[in-house]
Amino acid sequence: MDILEVKGLSVKVEDKLILKDVTFSLKQGVSHILFGPNGSGKTTLISTLMGLPGYDVVSGKIFFMSEDITDKSIEERAKLGMVVSFQNPPEITGVKLGDLLKLCLGKALTDEFSAKEQKQIEAFRLVDFLNRDINVGFSGGERKRSEILQLIFLKPKLLLLDEPDSGVDVESLRMIAGEIQRYVESSGSSALIITHKGDIMEHVKAGYGCILLQGQFHCFTEPMGIYEDIKKLGYEECVACRRRTREGWKSEQKK
Amino acid sequence: MSKKNELLNVPHQILEEAEKAGIEAEEKNRAGTFFHLNQETVHSKVNELYEGKLELMDVKAALQKYSWLEDYMWKLVDKNKDEFTKKVAEDYSGGYFMRIMPGAELTFPLQSCLMITQRNLEQRVHNIIIAEEGSKAHIITSCLQHSTVPKASHLGISEIYVKKNAMLNFTMIHQWSENTFVRPRSAAMIEDNATFVSNYVSMRPVRDIQMYPVAYCKGENSRVSFNSILYGHRNSQLDIGSKAVLSGKGSKAEMVSRAIAREGSKMIIRGMIEGDSSDCKGHLECRGLLMDDKSLMQSIPELIAKKKGVEITHEAAVGKISEKEIVYLMTRKLSRDQAVSLIIRGFMDVTILGLPDALNAEIKSIVDASTQAA
Repeated sequence: MDILEVKGLSVKVEDKLILKDVTFSLKQGVSHILFGPNGSGKTTLISTLMGLPGYDVVSGKIFFMSEDITDKSIEERAKLGMVVSFQNPPEITGVKLGDLLKLCLGKALTDEFSAKEQKQIEAFRLVDFLNRDINVGFSGGERKRSEILQLIFLKPKLLLLDEPDSGVDVESLRMIAGEIQRYVESSGSSALIITHKGDIMEHVKAGYGCILLQGQFHCFTEPMGIYEDIKKLGYEECVACRRRTREGWKSEQKK
Repeated sequence: MSKKNELLNVPHQILEEAEKAGIEAEEKNRAGTFFHLNQETVHSKVNELYEGKLELMDVKAALQKYSWLEDYMWKLVDKNKDEFTKKVAEDYSGGYFMRIMPGAELTFPLQSCLMITQRNLEQRVHNIIIAEEGSKAHIITSCLQHSTVPKASHLGISEIYVKKNAMLNFTMIHQWSENTFVRPRSAAMIEDNATFVSNYVSMRPVRDIQMYPVAYCKGENSRVSFNSILYGHRNSQLDIGSKAVLSGKGSKAEMVSRAIAREGSKMIIRGMIEGDSSDCKGHLECRGLLMDDKSLMQSIPELIAKKKGVEITHEAAVGKISEKEIVYLMTRKLSRDQAVSLIIRGFMDVTILGLPDALNAEIKSIVDASTQAA
């Protein structure tokens, strides 16, 4: 079953067409790794899926669990179970990370964390940050840890992750990716993970590797193989040769 | 202090208002309480745990008791500064005299309430605080106009002396009403290794308030912090500033303000740091949020350096709430309104006041109550 279906999506950013007639779907309970050269529109794609301002849908439709969400607000999408991590989350003075985590969990600010939640906060090494203003003075890795923990606390059905591995040290990457995998596996949810590196796949079991190239979305099995091909052949040739040979994404869908 | 002076004898509806402005009616967790109603001191009492550690009485009574107190009156504030100081010098109804004895550490805060319940009253008070050498105290003082009084004004002189090695944290909460005219005139003197923290919180609408307290950091390594949380709504006019004169060797000043203007309010936030000694340091930070097109927010930071090596900096930011912050919170399942109110409440961050936990929670609830109602 597909959790997300995108049909003929074209998106403009500041009057420039970034995505042209993109069609693809994401499978339920599967992690998808999204590769693509800089400027190919990966961030535009997930921002559009989440409904962030500044991304104008010129044509096409987005269906989340068979529901048309193309015109829904961010809040509605979030409540339906879509979440997004930001590459550059804003600093919000005076709003404490601990309070935001409680809101993510649907708790009141006066509520306490449960023992299990407390353990997760410890696993993410964020205990000392609960009383800190969100992202103010956080390092790159600390921001990523805080982003991913918030998302997991929101108990989403689809995680849209924008480079959760960039600027993160090896140990933090293992922890973050491990927690993503654990969540996705135990909840049966799906993920779309933007990355430039293959390391994250050592911890996240991805079902598909996808490439966004010139506004087109290509999805294949064997994400690790895709990554190796990209390294060897480059994005363009990787897509072209796979299409020439066997398992193009469309034939994959028919199975 | 006389026994008949129980705070609980103050009429119920008056006390309730005072409680909303941070006064603890039971007085259990306070080192002492002072209550000046309209033109009369109706209560002043030291918690018996603190007998001998502090003195608290009406300033007129104190002047009779101590002849030396004359030397502290009108020493920091100039009697002829303006028409308001002149009026108070001419005639005033009293005010508090607080003296924290040498070396005394008050674990509970001292509280004072200056209240107006009388229509068209011009309340004039003169307050003196002396933190003797090595003492340590928190003072919370609330000035308010009872919500049923349509119109009044408040002129208050405060002279504050923080002596060697003393630490004084002074938090003033203003809860005026839409027709109050307010002119406080305050100044503080800070001696060697002493610290003065002056916090100011104004959350209710007010017709017109203008103040510009000054701290003279004369002592070596003396420190002053001015922190303010200002909420201007319903056509309030606030012109709030603070000034620090750093003449002591190694003296430091820090000023932090958070201001929100909405519903036709006009707010001017000033700050001046004057560096008069070569190794003094100062920093001024002003952040303002403008919520609509009917209001105005103006930030006027001034840095004056008179000696080589003076290090004074400032940062000011005035603008609307960042859309990026709202959107970010909306991706975390918050509605736009919830996101805005969370940002506003965060913006009015009481932790900048540097208060102990219990007092911090009290002030936070006052701030939250006002911003929530909006």
